[in-house]
Amino acid sequence: MTLVTADPFTMWHPVASAHDVPYRHVCHAQLLGRELAVWRADDGYVNVWENRCLHRGVRLSIGSNDGTELRCQYHGWRYANRSAGCTYIPAHPADAPARTICNRTFPSVERYGLVWSGEDPVGEPPTVDVLEAGTPFGLRNLPVDAPVELVLQHLQTHRFLPSGSLGAESAEMKVEWPDDYSVALTATDGADRSSSSASGSASGAGVPGSASGASSTAVFFVQPVDSGRSVIRAVLAETPPAGEQMAVLRHHATGLNGLVARIEAEAARLPAPEPMVPVLQQVPLHLAEMPEAPSGRQAALRVQVRRKWETATGVAAFELAPLSGVLPTFQPGAHIDVHLPNGLVRQYSITNGPGETSYYRLGVKLEPDSTGGSVCLHEAVREGDVLAVSEPRNNFPLRRDSMRTILLAGGIGITPLLAMAQALDRMSLPFELHCFAQSAAHTAFSDVLDRLGSSVVRHLGLPPDETVAEIRRLVAAHDEFTHLYVCGPGPMLEAARREAAAAGWPDDHVHFEYFKNANEIHDSSTFEVALARSALTVTVGSGRTILEVLRENGVPLPSSCEQGACGTCVATVIEGEPDHQDVYLNDSDHEAGDRIMTCVSRALSDRLVLDL
Amino acid sequence: MEITQPACTDPVIWNQWHVISALDEVPAGVVSETLLLDERISFTATPAGEHRVWRSSIRLPAGAEIDGSAPLNGADALPVKPEYGYLWTSLGDPPDDLFPLPEYHHPRRRNMNAGSVGVATSAPRAVENFLDLAHFPYVHEGSLGVQPHTEVVEYDVEVRDGEVHATKCDMMVPKVGANFDEPVVMRYRYRVPHPYCVMLYYDSLPDPSVEDICAIWVQPMSAEVVRAHNYMGVIDDASTNTDIKGYQLLIFAQDKPILENQHPKRLPLDPRAETPIRADRSAIAYRRWLSDLGVTYGVIPAAV
Repeated sequence: MTLVTADPFTMWHPVASAHDVPYRHVCHAQLLGRELAVWRADDGYVNVWENRCLHRGVRLSIGSNDGTELRCQYHGWRYANRSAGCTYIPAHPADAPARTICNRTFPSVERYGLVWSGEDPVGEPPTVDVLEAGTPFGLRNLPVDAPVELVLQHLQTHRFLPSGSLGAESAEMKVEWPDDYSVALTATDGADRSSSSASGSASGAGVPGSASGASSTAVFFVQPVDSGRSVIRAVLAETPPAGEQMAVLRHHATGLNGLVARIEAEAARLPAPEPMVPVLQQVPLHLAEMPEAPSGRQAALRVQVRRKWETATGVAAFELAPLSGVLPTFQPGAHIDVHLPNGLVRQYSITNGPGETSYYRLGVKLEPDSTGGSVCLHEAVREGDVLAVSEPRNNFPLRRDSMRTILLAGGIGITPLLAMAQALDRMSLPFELHCFAQSAAHTAFSDVLDRLGSSVVRHLGLPPDETVAEIRRLVAAHDEFTHLYVCGPGPMLEAARREAAAAGWPDDHVHFEYFKNANEIHDSSTFEVALARSALTVTVGSGRTILEVLRENGVPLPSSCEQGACGTCVATVIEGEPDHQDVYLNDSDHEAGDRIMTCVSRALSDRLVLDL
Repeated sequence: MEITQPACTDPVIWNQWHVISALDEVPAGVVSETLLLDERISFTATPAGEHRVWRSSIRLPAGAEIDGSAPLNGADALPVKPEYGYLWTSLGDPPDDLFPLPEYHHPRRRNMNAGSVGVATSAPRAVENFLDLAHFPYVHEGSLGVQPHTEVVEYDVEVRDGEVHATKCDMMVPKVGANFDEPVVMRYRYRVPHPYCVMLYYDSLPDPSVEDICAIWVQPMSAEVVRAHNYMGVIDDASTNTDIKGYQLLIFAQDKPILENQHPKRLPLDPRAETPIRADRSAIAYRRWLSDLGVTYGVIPAAV
């Protein structure tokens, strides 16, 4: 009966009580020799992790729980609720972790006021009928310096009185075994033995205490902490009435204290078992290697997230302040590269107005289907974090010599145009900012828009065809002193360019910025690139880009989006015919063929001569 | 005399000089006892200021009065090297000389033991923590580091003349003196000349032509318990010894709970035991250097 036959490594065991993991706490637990860090996130999920930061082995139980993440005390690394993936390494704000570092997690289930976990548990934690049918009431947990088998052996002779008959002389005890690591004991008042024994079963419903023939069932789960150490976690099937709880708790505490003393006295006479030696998993090979220093796109600035807030449905706003000194100057239309904690580099427009120079304010729309840039900014990056960003670049400059400026913003495309509108407003230059958005709640930076007054026109909830019709109406009238700036999703931007061209706008009066280059990039050609100023000729082969090959040859070209949308890596073409694949240059530029985006565009001729 | 197998079977560590006490803290005329590589050893100073070290003997118990100039009553004498203000000894066959530290003798330098602290960790974990910059803003916030200046920029690491050197190590520190309002960048260099000894050098504030030295020389009492002896050699005419020791003890008190919560306590040399980042280049060089030396005590050697 007391022989433990099941494999404890495939079983569920209690590792903590629910009250061991209160709000923002990290609890140290141990199971089968392995140390665990147990913590509850604010969403209620209880995490059971190996108690060891993968970086330098520091116990996570001395870290801090901020409600969504666990922060290691040693170097401030942060690990996410549920996945235990590392979201932030403060020592390398520019580029790390460009790899997913995950702590080891174990499954967790809460049941009967206990947190259940296991090394490699099969199925579900045990269900005990008497607890399912009752109103479980947790008793005090008792650590015991004894092997689990010895604890179970003594538990079957443990005695207590039914909750309703604490004054009784004795009770009849009934022993049942829900599984190999738990004992269910039912105490029935001896005064009316015959009538209550039928209902005092652990598998049936518990019988609430009554003056005579009272019966109580308690289930004792024994947690195998280590080979010579256990914790008794007892749950009474029925919650006693509020006024009697202290007496019941005192009764059980007294009895269990005596039990533990007897078990430990026997354990002390036996040879101490060897402690268990849990195997620590090796980190994956790719994480064991020292990461390379970053190359390519550089991030010269370090900024701290001073403020993060939701400016519209699905749009997070960020204020990035310098760690020290002054931020470099930006102009309306400028963007910065943000090097994200997950290794991605993304471009975001600066939305600031003139004079707002103590921070960069960005708006980031959550794109759950993208490769994870916006998700990282929305979910992982938080106030206080340090980010690496590039200096501002302006490839979408605003002319401030127009008599009239029309700004067309689609959704999150508001961001560069917001900076432009504020600049024009400050200079008292006439402009119209047309904001196309799904609804008022989807309009980012409404507070700033409100301050711009009647120059802002909101177009809310228009279907695509009505959007096009509205744009057609807006661009119908123009003269040589009117300029149009468009930023928004691809289809809206295409429509605006098309309608403007149809209305007779010259190409150089229509300025646009794409979020991304949706064109399919063809990179199979092979050609030569000669650099006029550097006396260098290189071959760009299939699958390579001009930008990459030039960088490998020590020609440091700036770049940002690296997909032909932002215009940063532009080079002047002296000779040869470019194969344009970007969305930055307009049709006239493409026809002229005197500039090329070196990150995606190639050559139709065998040779290009660039002014580099 | 009972012969037992030594717990340390690592000839590299066994035959090293190991620090056991600051010289000016060795009581004269009385037996002191400590632990080195799981062996109990005793030591004393003679009235003439000489030092004796021997394997502990029941005939010379700790606290007994002793005239150290007399023969040791049959006890097993151990080699003695008083150097750099500390008493060094060895259980094996140590080299003639300890690592060089010529800066020790600079005329303006104040040399002192800023404290000897027991820590329940291995000597290599203690050394690696001393080499680490990235924990300053977290473990030593307000003294050695300050958030949000958490970035560790690239620095140089090399093994030169049989020692590990990390140079051009820059870290933002909070104001380092009354005249500083803003955090400033401190440039450090590190040197590991002995498996269990590590030094930190930086330009002295009063005289930038001279480097201050802060070191921990770690006494391995066992593979997982050490005493860290904190040597300071500074150009400083203003602070009292108590000021300097108090500050160093504050720093060490911040490190101790971290060190005692690392698991495993012995430093794992298998590259797949823990996850390095570029800020850890000095630690990784130190781990490789220990592997190359063949050190097995206080570490978990990499599987071959």
